[in-house]
Amino acid sequence: MYGRMSRKRDYYGGGEILMSLIENQKTNIDNDIKIITGNHAAAHAFRQARVGVVSAYPITPQSPVVEKIAEFIANGKLNARFVKVESEHSALAVCCAASATGSRVGTATSAHGLELMYEMLPWAAGNRLPIIINLATRSLGAPWSVWTDHSDFITIRDVGWIQYMCENNQEIYDTNLQAFKIAENSRVFLPSIVAYDGYILSHTMMPVKLENQEEVDEFLPPINHHINLSNISTIKGIDPVTTPNIIKRIEGTAPGYYEFRYALQRSLENSIDIIKEVHDEFTKKFGRSYGNGIYKIIQTEDADTIIYAMGSVASQARVAIKKLRAEGLKIGIVSLKLFRPYPYEDLRDFFKDKENIIVFDRDIGYGYEGVLSYELKAALYSLKKKPNIKGFIVGLGGRDVKTEHIISGVHKALNQFKQGIFTNKTDFLGLSLDELNDYDESNYFDSR
Amino acid sequence: MKNSKKDYQKILGSVQKPVLGEAGKTGTWSSKKPHIDLNTCIPAKSGKSSCFNCWLYCPEAVVTRTIPPQIDLIHCKGCGICMEECPVNAITMEEVKY
Amino acid sequence: MDLPEEEFIYPGTRACAGCGMALIYRIALKALGAKTLVTVPASCLTVLHGMQGFCSTKVSVYHTPFATTGASASGIVASLEDKGLENEITVLAFAGDGGTTDIGIQALSGAVERGTNFIYACYDNEAYMNTGVQRSGSTPYGVKTTTTPEGKLSHKKDMPKILEAHGIPYIATGIASYPLDLFEKFKKARTIHGSKYFHILSPCPPGWGYDPKDTISIGRLAVQTGFWILYEIENGIFKLSKPSSRYLDPLKRKPIEEYLKAQKRFSEMTQQQIKVYKVYIDNMWKDIKRRIECQN
Repeated sequence: MYGRMSRKRDYYGGGEILMSLIENQKTNIDNDIKIITGNHAAAHAFRQARVGVVSAYPITPQSPVVEKIAEFIANGKLNARFVKVESEHSALAVCCAASATGSRVGTATSAHGLELMYEMLPWAAGNRLPIIINLATRSLGAPWSVWTDHSDFITIRDVGWIQYMCENNQEIYDTNLQAFKIAENSRVFLPSIVAYDGYILSHTMMPVKLENQEEVDEFLPPINHHINLSNISTIKGIDPVTTPNIIKRIEGTAPGYYEFRYALQRSLENSIDIIKEVHDEFTKKFGRSYGNGIYKIIQTEDADTIIYAMGSVASQARVAIKKLRAEGLKIGIVSLKLFRPYPYEDLRDFFKDKENIIVFDRDIGYGYEGVLSYELKAALYSLKKKPNIKGFIVGLGGRDVKTEHIISGVHKALNQFKQGIFTNKTDFLGLSLDELNDYDESNYFDSR
Repeated sequence: MKNSKKDYQKILGSVQKPVLGEAGKTGTWSSKKPHIDLNTCIPAKSGKSSCFNCWLYCPEAVVTRTIPPQIDLIHCKGCGICMEECPVNAITMEEVKY
Repeated sequence: MDLPEEEFIYPGTRACAGCGMALIYRIALKALGAKTLVTVPASCLTVLHGMQGFCSTKVSVYHTPFATTGASASGIVASLEDKGLENEITVLAFAGDGGTTDIGIQALSGAVERGTNFIYACYDNEAYMNTGVQRSGSTPYGVKTTTTPEGKLSHKKDMPKILEAHGIPYIATGIASYPLDLFEKFKKARTIHGSKYFHILSPCPPGWGYDPKDTISIGRLAVQTGFWILYEIENGIFKLSKPSSRYLDPLKRKPIEEYLKAQKRFSEMTQQQIKVYKVYIDNMWKDIKRRIECQN
C-alpha cells in the first residue's frame, strides 16, 4: 500500500491536499518480502494467526498495530472481532473473557497501558489463558516520555507470563507466530508478551518475509482451548473463590490456591523445552532461527568476554564488538530473547567457562540495579568458577545508546575487574549531567 | 513430552461441579424452621395449583411447587420469608432440635 | 403464578438467610434459561456461586476482577460472535452496586457505548456488603455504614439515568418483592438486541439491619413509599411499571418514615433529614410526572 499526495481543488488559495491510498492490487499479500514497520509486522502476524478477538486501546508507540488490524478487518483480510475498549484495563479484561470463551485473542500496548493492565496480568496467568500481548516498549512516567526503554517490560516479570524480546521486525513476526503455538500448547497454556523497542523497531521499516497462509496454518492450527465457555453442555465456573486448602467432598476434590499456583510455576519452568521445540520446528519449516530460541549468540566461539543485553541494546552492541574486536578483544554478545521463564540453566551452561560479563540494562530495578544484571549474578552464583560481572544502565527514556557508550562500558568494566572492584552500585552510561550548567547534586539531596 | 501426564498440567480448573448444598447443610444456620399447616395452606386445602407464594419468594429455592408444598429442611436457612408472605398464615416458624 | 418451575440454583448456597440478591438471581435465571453465560465481579454473588471445584448454579460463570464486568461481557460476546453463537447464548453481567456505580462504571459505560449485546443487571444493596458494609456511590442519604458512621451526606447515584444517557434500547428497574414484574422484564430484555440495563433494589438483612423474614415486605415498602420506582425505558419511551403506577399520586404513597424506621441503617436520622428525604422523593416523582406528560 502506497500513499500518494494529490492536489485536488483550490481552496482559499491554498489547495486541498488529498491523501489517497492505493489498494495493493495483489489479492494475496503473503508469501512476499514486504518493507514494513515492527508494529505492522506484529499486525500481520495476528492476521496470519487468524486471531478471533482483538481488543486494544490506543497508546504511543503501539497504536499502529491495532490500526493495521482494524484495516485488515475492514478490508476483509482478517475475520476477527475488534473490541475497541475505553482503557487498557478493559482491553485485557476483554481478552481474558474472550480467551476463556474459547477464541484466539491478542492485544498490543505500551508502558502506561501495560501498567493499567496490571491487575489483569496475574489473572490471565492464573487462569492459564493463551493471550498474546505485543509490547512496543516505552519508558514509564513521571516525567512523561514516549521513548523506549525496557522499564515497562520488566515490571511484569513476576506475574506468570512468558516474555520474549525481539531485535528486528522479522523476529517480531516470527516470534508472534511461535508465541501463539507455544502459549496454546496443552503442556503450557500461558499468556505471553512479545516485546520490541518502541520507535527503534515499532516505527522503523525493515524487510519482513510474510509466509504463505497455508504454511502458517499448518504451523499454527486452530486453538484447542482448555476452557471453552461457549460450550454450554458442561457447567463451568472460571476463577471462583479458591480456598487455601484442597476441598474434598463426596462429589470429588478440588485444588486449593496453592496447587493452582504450583501448577502455574511448573508449567512456566517446563515451557522452556516447548519454546525450544517450537523454535526448532519453525526453523525447519521457514528457515529462520533466533539462536536456540532462548538467547542469540554473536561471535562468542572464541570469546572470553561477553556483552549481555536485550533488544535494541544488543543490536547496538553488534556494532560495538566490531570495533572492540579490532582492538584485539575476544568479545561476543549474548542477546536474551526469553526473559521469562528465566532460562537460568541455559545461561549457566553458556557462561560456565566465560571470564567477563558486561551487562547493559535499559531498565533499573529501582533501589537495586539493572534487572538483567542482578538476575544473571544470581543465576551464576552456583558456578564453581564464577565469571566477573558488571552491570551498566543505558538509554533510559529513549536516550541514544551509542556505540561509544558500550565501548567505554566494556573498557571500564575490564579495568575494574583487573583492579578487583566488584560493586552493585549502578553505573549510568551516556548521562550528561555536565551539560546542566546549574546542576549541583547537593541541591537535590540536601535536606534543609 | 515426558511431562505431559503430570497432574500439575491438569490443574486448570475450568470445570465446576454443580452441587446441592455447596455451602454444606445450610439448614443448621438456624434452629427455626417453617412448618406448613396443611389445613390452612391454599393448595393443600383446595387441591388446586394456586398461591405458592412460599415457593415464589424463597431465596434459597428450598420449597417445591407441589401440592402440598414440600420444604427441604436440610438446606432451609430459616429466614422466615415464606411465613411472612403466606396470605393465609399457614406457615409458622418452629424450633427444630439437632 | 406463572414462573417456570425449573430452578437454576441449587439450595444450600453461601448467601445469607433472606438474601434479596439470591432471589433476584433466581428469578433472572428462570427468565433467561439454561443457555446463559454469566459474568460476575467480586461481589456477594461470587460467594453465592461457591468455592473452587463446585458451584451452586446450573449455568456457566466467568468470575472477573471488580472493575471489569462490562469489559468481560464484551469479551464473551465478541468470542461468541467469533464462533457464530451470539444468537444462541444470552450473556448476563451481574454485579453489585459498588461494582456498577463505582469501580465498574467505566467498563460498563464503554461496553454499552459499543452496543454490546448483553444484559447488565446491577443488584443494588446500597453499600459494599461483601466487604462489611462500607458506603458506595449507591448508598442513600443518611445511611449509617462502617465508613459513614455519621450517616451519608449525599444522595445515591441515579444509575439508570446515566445509562439512559448512553442511548441504549432497554433500561428497567426492579425489585424481588414484585417477582413477576422482574421476571417479565428479564424475559423482554432477552429478546432485545443491544445493551440492556437492569437496576434492581436488593434488600440486605445484615447490611440494612432488619429481620431476614422482612426482605420482601421491606422491598414492597420501598415501592409503596415511592422511594424505589419501578419503570422501564424502551427505546427512550418511559413507562411506569404496574406496581409503581399508582404512586404517581403523592397521596397514595405511604409516608417515608415507615420505610426508614424499619431499618437500623436509618436509625439515627433527624427530623430535618427525613424532610430532606421527602423533598428528594417528591422531586423524583415530579420528574417522572413531567416526563410522562411530555411523552403523551
